[in-house]
Amino acid sequence: MAGEKSVAFVAERQIPPSPPPVKTGGALGWARDNLFSGVFNTVATLLSLAFVAYILAMVVPWLFLDSVWNASSLQGCREVDDGACLAVINERFLQFVFGFYPEELRWRPILAFVLLFVAIWPALFSSAPRKLLIFSALYPLLAYWLIWGGSLWGPVGAVVGLAIGWACIRFLPPLVRGRLDEGLAFLAAVGAGILATALWWLFCVTAFEDALGAVLAIGLEPVESARLGGFLLSTIIGVSGIAGSLPIGIVLALGRQSNLILIKAVCVGFIEFIRGVPLITLLFVAWLLLSYFLPPGTEFDLILRVVIMVTAFASAYMAEVIRGGLAGLPRGQYEAADSLGLDYWKSMRLIILPQALKISIPGIVNTFIGLFKDTTLVIIIGLLDPVGLLQPIRADQNWNGIVWELYGFIALFFFIFCFAMSRYSMYLERNLDVGHR
Amino acid sequence: MTAAATERDEERRAMTASGEVAIDIAGMNKWFGEFHVLRDINLTVYRGERIVVCGPSGSGKSTLIRCINALEGHQTGRITVEGTELSSDIKNIDRIRSEVGMCFQHFNLFPHLSVIENCTLAPIWVRREPKKEAEDRARYFLERVKIGDQALKYPGQLSGGQQQRVAIARSLCMQPRIMLFDEPTSALDPEMIKEVLDVMVDLAESGMTMLVVSHEMGFARQVAHRIIFMDEGQIVEQNEPEAFFNNPQSERTKLFLSQILSH
Ligand SMILES: Nc1ncnc2c1ncn2[C@@H]1O[C@H](COP(=O)(O)OP(=O)(O)OP(=O)(O)O)[C@@H](O)[C@H]1O
Ligand SMILES: [Mg+2]
Repeated sequence: MAGEKSVAFVAERQIPPSPPPVKTGGALGWARDNLFSGVFNTVATLLSLAFVAYILAMVVPWLFLDSVWNASSLQGCREVDDGACLAVINERFLQFVFGFYPEELRWRPILAFVLLFVAIWPALFSSAPRKLLIFSALYPLLAYWLIWGGSLWGPVGAVVGLAIGWACIRFLPPLVRGRLDEGLAFLAAVGAGILATALWWLFCVTAFEDALGAVLAIGLEPVESARLGGFLLSTIIGVSGIAGSLPIGIVLALGRQSNLILIKAVCVGFIEFIRGVPLITLLFVAWLLLSYFLPPGTEFDLILRVVIMVTAFASAYMAEVIRGGLAGLPRGQYEAADSLGLDYWKSMRLIILPQALKISIPGIVNTFIGLFKDTTLVIIIGLLDPVGLLQPIRADQNWNGIVWELYGFIALFFFIFCFAMSRYSMYLERNLDVGHR
Repeated sequence: MTAAATERDEERRAMTASGEVAIDIAGMNKWFGEFHVLRDINLTVYRGERIVVCGPSGSGKSTLIRCINALEGHQTGRITVEGTELSSDIKNIDRIRSEVGMCFQHFNLFPHLSVIENCTLAPIWVRREPKKEAEDRARYFLERVKIGDQALKYPGQLSGGQQQRVAIARSLCMQPRIMLFDEPTSALDPEMIKEVLDVMVDLAESGMTMLVVSHEMGFARQVAHRIIFMDEGQIVEQNEPEAFFNNPQSERTKLFLSQILSH
């Protein structure tokens, strides 16, 4: 019948595969597709360009063309040109970096900083040699020794304390095998290990240090905490907080899921208490109150106290971020791990945590960045981080009135660190992405 | 009655007579809160026996086989697997789990590990085998489920049928004495169902003790020594396949069979 078509259809041949079409148009084509498609997009693009141009027109001459690098006061700057008075940064740069760290010893924090990259390399990139992890584990004490100086035997004594604790956890459970439930034995061993380490640190380290120091005195000139400041201080607090809060956060998150009521209660209590209190309060506690609780005469370094508080604070947040990751895993993963006969620790370590941490990467890095920027709060308990160093500079007759240059410089420092972390986390997410589920 | 079926009945009688018990469940009850999911379950599975469990949705089939490797705990009664009684003792549970393989409806492969790593993980970490040995066996079993060429891919890059075959290989790598299957094909498209069932038939022919929750009645007819029908938490009827399909006794079984076989 004319005009009426049948729906029946049979392919006459198999269509051979062909390569995808090549992208056409180059940069112009891209701009047309992405920036100028339609009236609204064109207007938005032009407005954005105008805004960017306006900002650049202000900043570029101020910061680059008319800026002054060499002068000894704000007046001096103004006499030369009316742009940014970067002379102040030129003059105070080393103070911003090191605080009041003795000049002739500054190679020590620099060395510690360089070694930091060696230490975090195996943690960040799986291509790094695995053996370096041993160095990473020892790095905190090495860095402590380099920055604060003193006898080498102090940090070694601290390591010995950790080794004693580890030995308790490793070798006690087999001793009581059969007589005690395995989980209970493990918990008891952990308790004993922590106790032994604490006792060693409290009562034996000093004797150990003196004894070995008498035999073989190896030491660096000690530097007081009060002399640390600037970016050095921010980095110390930030890096220690970051390195400490991740493992503690993991333990807290697992503890919060535990079936053992006691462990669960301790973890929930810790997390809720710390999260419910402003960081500033914790810093005041570190500054003022802790000395009431410690035995009289105990010297407990202020920076160390601050690091502990900042770490505790970040750990509580970290625990909640990781708990979110744990909750995001399907129950089937736990069941599959169980059904293969993996015990709790192995299934956590091999199956659950790798996936939960991967899901949590954005939240984890978010917490890291927050922590790093929060280190500037130590100014209120009198530590001289970069922001703390600003006050004396701005009060200085010569530089009175300078604002943008100084805050901009500090902002740049924090931005570089935080941006690097953000980029790394994106790299990591891409790298760990192995197909959809 | 076909010759194959007769032969299977003979086999089953021989197993029963030999008295080599793989799983023994006696007077087992389980509740979820107030809800009585499993009611007075008595079941003896002999070594080498293949049992298919069927029944309407929510009748407790999954719960029953999950009790066997202690993914769910039971409240009263006794479950003995290869001579070890399931109690709250962690050591017993871990021992039983490494003797009993399990395949899930949704595969539950570990997405962050490659296929071969999925297969070698438990042998290396639970059985403490050398990596090389574990990998060799993983390759052997992957070959046997016909995906030897996918060993280095990640689960997310495989089709459902391939994933389920990897899951079977992963269980087999622990060299279990018993395999449990919880609706291994019900998340799959028809084409993939066949490739998974082929693997399971092959496994059945090797003499593995198998407990399979499935609605694949063709598979049941072909390999099962015994079919168990569950409804409302109870074992309502069990029989040899021919008799079960051709001559069901209980009304509930008849209704179920008429529903399931009508399409
Ligand atoms: N964790 C649980 N908590 C409470 N009730 C549950 C739980 N798991 C299962 N149930 C209930 O127990 C009953 C039996 O569940 P089960 O999964 O064993 O059924 P099934 O026979 O496998 O069904 P299906 O064919 O749909 O898989 C169902 O009514 C279910 O709602
Ligand atoms: Mg089910």
